Amino acid sequence: MKSKKDLLSIVLKMLVLVSAALTVGVIVLIIWHIFVNGVPNLSRDLFDWKYNSENVSLLPALINTLIMTLISLLIAVPIGVFAAVFLVEYSSQGSRLVKIIRITAETLSGIPSIVYGLFGLLFFVTALKWGMSLLAGSCTVALMILPLIMRTTEEALLAVPKTFREGSFGLGAGRLRTVFCIVLPSALPGIMAGIILATGRIAGETAALMYTAGTVAQVPVGKDFLFDSTRTLAVHMYSLSSEGLYVDKAYATAFVLLVMVMCINTLSSFMAKKFGGNNTNG
Amino acid sequence: MNKKSEKIAKLVFCLAACTSVLAVAVICIFLFAGGLPAIKEIGVSEFLFGTVWKPKNNIYGILPMIAGSIYVTAGAILIGVPVGILTAVFLSNFCPKRLYNFIKPLTELMAGIPSVVYGFFGLVVMVPFVRDAFGGKGSSMLTASLLLGIMILPTIIGVSEAAIKAVPDKYYQGALALGATHERSVFFAVLPAAKSGIMAGIVLGIGRAIGETMAVIMVAGNQARMPKGLLKGVRTMTSNIVLEMGYAADLHREALIATGVVLFVFILIINLIFAMLKEADNK
Repeated sequence: MKSKKDLLSIVLKMLVLVSAALTVGVIVLIIWHIFVNGVPNLSRDLFDWKYNSENVSLLPALINTLIMTLISLLIAVPIGVFAAVFLVEYSSQGSRLVKIIRITAETLSGIPSIVYGLFGLLFFVTALKWGMSLLAGSCTVALMILPLIMRTTEEALLAVPKTFREGSFGLGAGRLRTVFCIVLPSALPGIMAGIILATGRIAGETAALMYTAGTVAQVPVGKDFLFDSTRTLAVHMYSLSSEGLYVDKAYATAFVLLVMVMCINTLSSFMAKKFGGNNTNG
Repeated sequence: MNKKSEKIAKLVFCLAACTSVLAVAVICIFLFAGGLPAIKEIGVSEFLFGTVWKPKNNIYGILPMIAGSIYVTAGAILIGVPVGILTAVFLSNFCPKRLYNFIKPLTELMAGIPSVVYGFFGLVVMVPFVRDAFGGKGSSMLTASLLLGIMILPTIIGVSEAAIKAVPDKYYQGALALGATHERSVFFAVLPAAKSGIMAGIVLGIGRAIGETMAVIMVAGNQARMPKGLLKGVRTMTSNIVLEMGYAADLHREALIATGVVLFVFILIINLIFAMLKEADNK
């Protein structure tokens, strides 16, 4: 193929190269911009225990993010994993129920976060009378990540070789024991990759949380902490930049948020790659 | 393990699987129950086709926001789709392996960046850039389209690349054997075969763009009037909800929920098209 190329081929190749360069350029620009402007603005007082208008500390929001992630995972992971187990191990692929479950899961994953936010406001906050609270926010994002956990777990389960199950059945184990002692342990890295990916999704979520978890920048304490209003790091980031008063702090917060999400995603794709080379992102 | 525990386990798994069905049902019920009364009270055509949104005077027409969403999304598609597809072609057919191992994770990372961070970047970099380069206030339809175009790139690249890679190698080799160059083989033999998969990616990108909220709020200007031009501010359906939900009451609040219902219907239609395209791709 070393013959002289015609004009069209050269133009097409140029277009491809320019587009790829553009894509890479934009990503690098965004990350670089946040890093360069974020790092110099990092300071000790950003990590103070108390948030107030003089010191817009991000620590309370960071801790809230961790608590909220934990609660949402506690809700969504068992449901999502069990649902995937049902789809892969217990049902015949052609059945009507399976079809409906798949369609609804796909619908859930297509719903934008603001619609989840509205639903959370109508259902958890208003109808269940939880108020704007940690619990309402957690339940809303739990719903959001459910389809993601279902899909990644399903892929991980499908990647477990049939022979593992046959071996287990052959030794006299029941279906339940096979699932818990053979299939789930071997699918664990893939499932973990999905869970970590979901963690990243929660950490970056804003629109679904503004009217379900509220915007109070305090770590909830006391015995009713589940019903206290809290803001996560991403919501905090939005408040800072929309107030327009704390651009430096907003840069630093964006940096922390970006690094957090980058670490989480890298960890997730590392686990996915180690497991089977299947890509779970996207 | 006895028979009984097996049965209970199956039931538990089945119930967990039905959660997604239940969730979709409850979401539909609550959204529609919350929004439809307002649409009825305002009047379907006044609500959907009214060009004035003035909650203070009890005038609720969301056509400006519907138009805003559609324009901004169309702009994002115009920018993001060509670049995205061409990048996917690069990744699948032009990229040396070592470079691939660098670029591919980068596009995956791009999908994981939170929308507030994109929005913040748009606010501090793109808004001043558009203001200096094209005039106007900077917060405009153009800025929002550009930012959304960037944000949908990873979706388009991911889905298109998978579609291109799924095309059998013999298409490419056949074209080469007939004397076509590498570029011509890729563009005129492989790409057409991956058409429906790429279309599915575009539809998915449309869904992402129309549902995006935080990033758009931060760069679009958010004036609740009919879009007036590329360099003028627009408000989308998503930003309308977030901006006013904080203080809205009574009919105003219900009108905002109804805006969410309209958005939800848009998304359902887009999902349906996506599912149909995917079906076509699998055949």
